[in-house]
Amino acid sequence: MAHENVLHAEGAVAGRPADYLESSKGLWSWLSTVDHKRIGLMYLWSVVLFMIVGGLLALLIRMELLTPGPTVMDAETYNRAFTLHGAVMVFLVIIPGIPAALGNFVLPLLLGAKDVAFPRLNLTSYWIYVAGALMALSTLILGGVDTGWTFYTPYSSTTGGGVSMMVLAAFVLGFSSIFTGVNFIATIHKMRAPGMGWFELPLFCWGMYATALIQILATPVLGITLLLLVMERVLSVGIFDPNLGGDPVLFQHFFWFYSHPAVYIMILPAMAVISEVIPVFSKKTIFGYKAIAFSSVAIALLGFLVWAHHMFTAGMSLFAGAIFSFITFFIAVPSAIKVFNWIATMWRGSISLAAPMIHAINFLLIFTIGGLTGLFLAALSTDVHLHDTYFVVAHFHYVMAGSNLIALLAGIHYWWPKMFGRMYNEKLATIAATLIFIGFNATFLPQFVMGSRGMPRRYYNYLEQFQAMHIASTIGSWILAVGLFLCLAVLLVSFRNKKGVVNNPWGGKTLEWQALSPPITHNFEGTPVLIHGPYDYRPQPVPVAVEREQGVSH
Amino acid sequence: MNWFRDFLLGPPAATHAADMDGLFIFITILTIFFFFFNGALIFYAAKRWKRRSENEVTPHITHDTRLELLWSLIPLVVVMLIFFWGFKGYVSAWVAPNDSMEIVVTGKKWLWEFEYPDGTRALNDLHVPVNRPVKLVMHAEDVIHSFFVPAFRLKRDVLPGRYTELWFTATEPGVYQVYCTEYCGKGHSDMLARIYVDTPEEYEVFLREGDEQVRKMPLKELGKLVYENKGCATCHSIDGSRGQGPTFKGIWGKTERGTDGKEYLVDENYIRDSILNPNAVVVQGYEPIMPTFQGLLREREILGVIEYIKSLQ
Repeated sequence: MAHENVLHAEGAVAGRPADYLESSKGLWSWLSTVDHKRIGLMYLWSVVLFMIVGGLLALLIRMELLTPGPTVMDAETYNRAFTLHGAVMVFLVIIPGIPAALGNFVLPLLLGAKDVAFPRLNLTSYWIYVAGALMALSTLILGGVDTGWTFYTPYSSTTGGGVSMMVLAAFVLGFSSIFTGVNFIATIHKMRAPGMGWFELPLFCWGMYATALIQILATPVLGITLLLLVMERVLSVGIFDPNLGGDPVLFQHFFWFYSHPAVYIMILPAMAVISEVIPVFSKKTIFGYKAIAFSSVAIALLGFLVWAHHMFTAGMSLFAGAIFSFITFFIAVPSAIKVFNWIATMWRGSISLAAPMIHAINFLLIFTIGGLTGLFLAALSTDVHLHDTYFVVAHFHYVMAGSNLIALLAGIHYWWPKMFGRMYNEKLATIAATLIFIGFNATFLPQFVMGSRGMPRRYYNYLEQFQAMHIASTIGSWILAVGLFLCLAVLLVSFRNKKGVVNNPWGGKTLEWQALSPPITHNFEGTPVLIHGPYDYRPQPVPVAVEREQGVSH
Repeated sequence: MNWFRDFLLGPPAATHAADMDGLFIFITILTIFFFFFNGALIFYAAKRWKRRSENEVTPHITHDTRLELLWSLIPLVVVMLIFFWGFKGYVSAWVAPNDSMEIVVTGKKWLWEFEYPDGTRALNDLHVPVNRPVKLVMHAEDVIHSFFVPAFRLKRDVLPGRYTELWFTATEPGVYQVYCTEYCGKGHSDMLARIYVDTPEEYEVFLREGDEQVRKMPLKELGKLVYENKGCATCHSIDGSRGQGPTFKGIWGKTERGTDGKEYLVDENYIRDSILNPNAVVVQGYEPIMPTFQGLLREREILGVIEYIKSLQ
């Protein structure tokens, strides 16, 4: 095997250099760190914390929906609960999620780099995220926000409560996202190990690159839109409120111009993780490397052209609706390609059903449903019926929560030994993964049917005929909660084990597995030189230089 | 298949529903098929090629151009089909036929107001005849609402400051649920309405006697509502002050002098004639400017006005 220039620490403790967790001590050394790995961990714990906050809100919402009429809260509280749930999950968990928590940790390692291009910008990103998070949560004591995370005008420009603060929080959080995007693009362009051309990049990096493009190009539009909303609220400048001479539908265009690409900020990193996990646990090269790489960028770019498919019933012209529907269908194709490529990677492989792979398989099944249910919404006539119903709620939870969250879990379990030098209890982790899968489907499958039967979303009260399905969904949410808490417990309990994992417990071929587990602060001793491709599982891997000569791909 | 459609969507009740339902079922079958297809492939692979030793060698298959083209082009064709099917349905639901009956819909927190072609108004209950095209011209008075009739598979946002339109031809007599489906605050989930699709006979009754609300409301209360909503209040006060027309306060049983010099007792017939043929007799000192309400007020509403005036002593 190549990469002899890195220390192997199998079993030997003596002579083992201090890893990044031990290299400096004390809270301040963490809060002021510029080590991408420590920053990644701080993001990871923050994301987990806000996932718990958002998750508890979800449990409360589902509890309220056990009966029509008041169950555990009144209408105004309910409306604030679903708004906060959406805002926390979207802005504090899923958008930063995989890029900030996993990407920060793993990207430089995958590239064979020492750190990201701009380590201090990276730290700044994190603190901006914390500031935005505090601003968002402060709305709890400022009267709450009940507009829904989408802030549609003129309701949001005229209602009371902490709307301006929540909107400014999202504005601030946008910068965290933009800075991460800038950092990743520079890092991927400039800090690859010698020998690593664009087509030797691990697919996770392609995914991060495509995500970063969106972060940089789309987020500013949200920022400006949110500022305009605040200006209207505070200064009565008429932009969206018809009473002030404004146009409420304009807000929707501005909002979705960011928020649609934002959903690709969410799914591309998830797909990136899956592209790493499946080859390793199939011990087989990825099928269709170039197709996956290019479809990531295609999805990122096409994602900018479809925003108004959220507005087919909003009062837009027929012509506009037709265009947006037409382009939306083109995104289905690269997504389908990826799913088939991943299954083809497993085909005739050597499959290990370790916890990361269980999560990855769960992803494939859930993403299949999530993606295909998007077709109902992309088609104009069916969308007219389904828009603003629970069908949409189910669809986006399948892709945002089911797919994205599970991919995050796949990545956390996959890179856990690298991050902490410890392994978790495999059996319990698998049980947790299974409970999550079952609980997730139990929660959200009934919601498709509720929606197609007419149950609107954001409804506190509902007609009797929907109660059975609401109860089923709530019970599902309890199973999901148990699975998630078990998953967290299993991971936390692993800290009771001493460090002592081999560097490459999974037999991965990407560069991070050549570093120690956990890595030293500078990741590698000396610059690693890339010898073979990232998914080369041949007994005698073929050097990249030779492959290039032969004109073959890996 | 009907049981499947009924389970997922409920029975259709308007002319457009059948087409949308067909597309919906098609995509549903596609989704279910690919979920199980992908699942089967994954489970087969995981079982058949389960790892037996750490040194297993797998074939180095980097791509297969023919297979990849196949699974790119076939999905592309299928989604294009779905696009056209959906587009067609959307277009046909877009433009109302010329002979549609027009209903003006106003959404406001948190109720729906309907205004019929004859000017009468209803709250939350809309009556339409079966098998006739109906066009809803909608706007909101405050924030964005949305008018959703699941049984007709129809929805359109209702905007402040702008009109949006929706049209349908109902095919089955019955009562159909309407929901507000754009979040609008505390009462959003209570902002419900009903569309009564009437047989020709039922519609006759409705035209004559009004909807249930009108039929059930006590006459005096109904009269007050009419006074407030149908324009009487513009010219006739109830506090004794003079307007474009005489005040209603205390006129019941009074004797009025007309511009023709004759005396008239204010009784049921006098009020009825004043409403339906207002300029036949005009009270002295006033102009003959009152418009007729012939065809604009239902019989019961006129009775209500009479009761209401009786009560204004």
